[in-house]
Amino acid sequence: MPNIARQTGDVSAAVDFDRPLLLTPGEDLAGYLTAAAGKTLLLLITCASVLAVILIFVFIAREAWPFLVGGNVGKLLGSTEWFPTAEPAEFGALAMLAGSLYITAGALIIAVPIGLSAAVFLSDIVPFRLRQIIKPIIELLAAIPSVAYGFFAVLVLSPWMQKNLGLPSGTNALNCSLILAIMAIPTIISIAEDALTSAGRELREGSYAIGATRAETLIKVVIPAAHSGIIAAVILGMMRAIGETMVVLMASGNATQVPSPWWNITQSVRTMTAIIAGDMGETVKGSEHYHCLFAIGFLLLVFTFMLNLVGEYFLARARRARGGAE
Amino acid sequence: MKKQWQKVVRLALVASLCMVPCGAGADEKPAAKEKKTRLQIEGSTTVGPIAKAFVAVFARKYKDVSITVKETGSGSGAAALIDGRCHIATMSRFMKPKEFKKAVENGVMPVAHVVAMDGVCVIVHPSNPVKALSIEQVRKIYKGEITNWKQLGGVDRKIVAISRDTSSGTYETFHKLLMKKQKMAKSVEYIAHNEQGRNRVKTTTGAISYVGLGFVDKSVKALKIGGVMPTRKTIASGKYPVSRPLFMFTNGYPKLGSTVHAFVTFHLTERGQEVIEAKGFVPLTNY
Repeated sequence: MPNIARQTGDVSAAVDFDRPLLLTPGEDLAGYLTAAAGKTLLLLITCASVLAVILIFVFIAREAWPFLVGGNVGKLLGSTEWFPTAEPAEFGALAMLAGSLYITAGALIIAVPIGLSAAVFLSDIVPFRLRQIIKPIIELLAAIPSVAYGFFAVLVLSPWMQKNLGLPSGTNALNCSLILAIMAIPTIISIAEDALTSAGRELREGSYAIGATRAETLIKVVIPAAHSGIIAAVILGMMRAIGETMVVLMASGNATQVPSPWWNITQSVRTMTAIIAGDMGETVKGSEHYHCLFAIGFLLLVFTFMLNLVGEYFLARARRARGGAE
Repeated sequence: MKKQWQKVVRLALVASLCMVPCGAGADEKPAAKEKKTRLQIEGSTTVGPIAKAFVAVFARKYKDVSITVKETGSGSGAAALIDGRCHIATMSRFMKPKEFKKAVENGVMPVAHVVAMDGVCVIVHPSNPVKALSIEQVRKIYKGEITNWKQLGGVDRKIVAISRDTSSGTYETFHKLLMKKQKMAKSVEYIAHNEQGRNRVKTTTGAISYVGLGFVDKSVKALKIGGVMPTRKTIASGKYPVSRPLFMFTNGYPKLGSTVHAFVTFHLTERGQEVIEAKGFVPLTNY
């Protein structure tokens, strides 16, 4: 009781009775202007990042344009003859497209089973306290700079592969896929685990109530319920792998070839990102080679843009599903 | 109202006109006072170490000069000189006609200064029993026609051919003198630096690569090419088939007595020649 009395006393003391109820026109205007200026400023700041995206798109498209209209697109996508400094120069980027595809697919084949198993383990099986320790450590993996992974690939993994797998060259698609998988795993675990957790306790308990075992609950109920989030996790992991540059530049070996036979991923490949990073610094600005690199960059941009859209679509679906469950 | 505005505008114009010469004057003065000359050097990763070693000596001698050396490849060195982004372009090959044309169009007159000689050495893993190759054999390896060391009298091991990236000067010298401008096989791996090439060969038993003489050390083995071992003597005398001059290009001949002039003639001094020898290249006076 005395507590409440003191509180009310405080409140009445804090109210300023001398203040007029209406603002003067000057104050009113100033307040309106401040609010408007603040809003405009925030709008501009927000637009800056949107504008940056648009400008990057426009810039790359503009630099790629001379190559794209030059009638070389068919060759770019259909030929593996990449001799940019030969006379006459040949720009066939099919090997690079294939390289990106090989490395990304390889990384996903390794990362998805591991990532999803770990996500299921973390969301449904492991004791809560242990999970609180494990998850931050996994997320720490994502914070390691890619050049450190690259050094690991070249100095540790590559000699190891040569010695123990008997490969002639340790810098190859397999090495690269392994490292990219390690880099994609934290993304996959983190997002998939969120999706699985948010499938909800009611769903699991309902499943147990009709007599399902834990394995049945996980495989037949929880994972299907969280599939949108899981697909989004895989796509975001894929984007991490396809856009990565430093690691592939160091670990892929940079041989401009499509592996033959096609399943031999122990051969060296070169990716779209690696060719851009490797060649861009040394091309003469405005040359055909320069525009060709931009055309490859444009392809890559369109590629990741579409992946991003698909990922966002599934993330939004997952969010909607979660809203519905609650 | 209108007149007042006009007055304001006119005042502003006058004021800005006054500011221009003042501003320019203010800019010039501190530059003259500090006398800190900036020197930009860009280009070959082979000539880069020479330039960097020169800079180390220069820094002690000329305290008022700040020099930056970028190692981005001969091609980009030429591009930088053409665009006026650097004072000296270090190059391990001569300028191409195309680059010359572009330079002249941009009002840049490239002048070549030969600072040292270099041999492109073909290197293999030290455990490799092969000691010598002919030019023909090296070419066949890089064309993918010879794929196993067994075919060259070595052990049964697949050859991993490693090349510098196609815009480096070392690549162009190799491509011209050893490959006779023929295309390399698609299975050839590309690396971006001489040191990276040496490290790959050091850790890969079946590897073959090529680097400048300055990058050959005990961890790799240089092969005899056409029966000639790459040494300072054979390179300087031209006996070794893959030797080349190393250049520094300037825009016109530098003004006598200027820092640029001192830099591009530094290889003629005793100290400069010691530096070049210490880096594993061949000074010009050995002819």
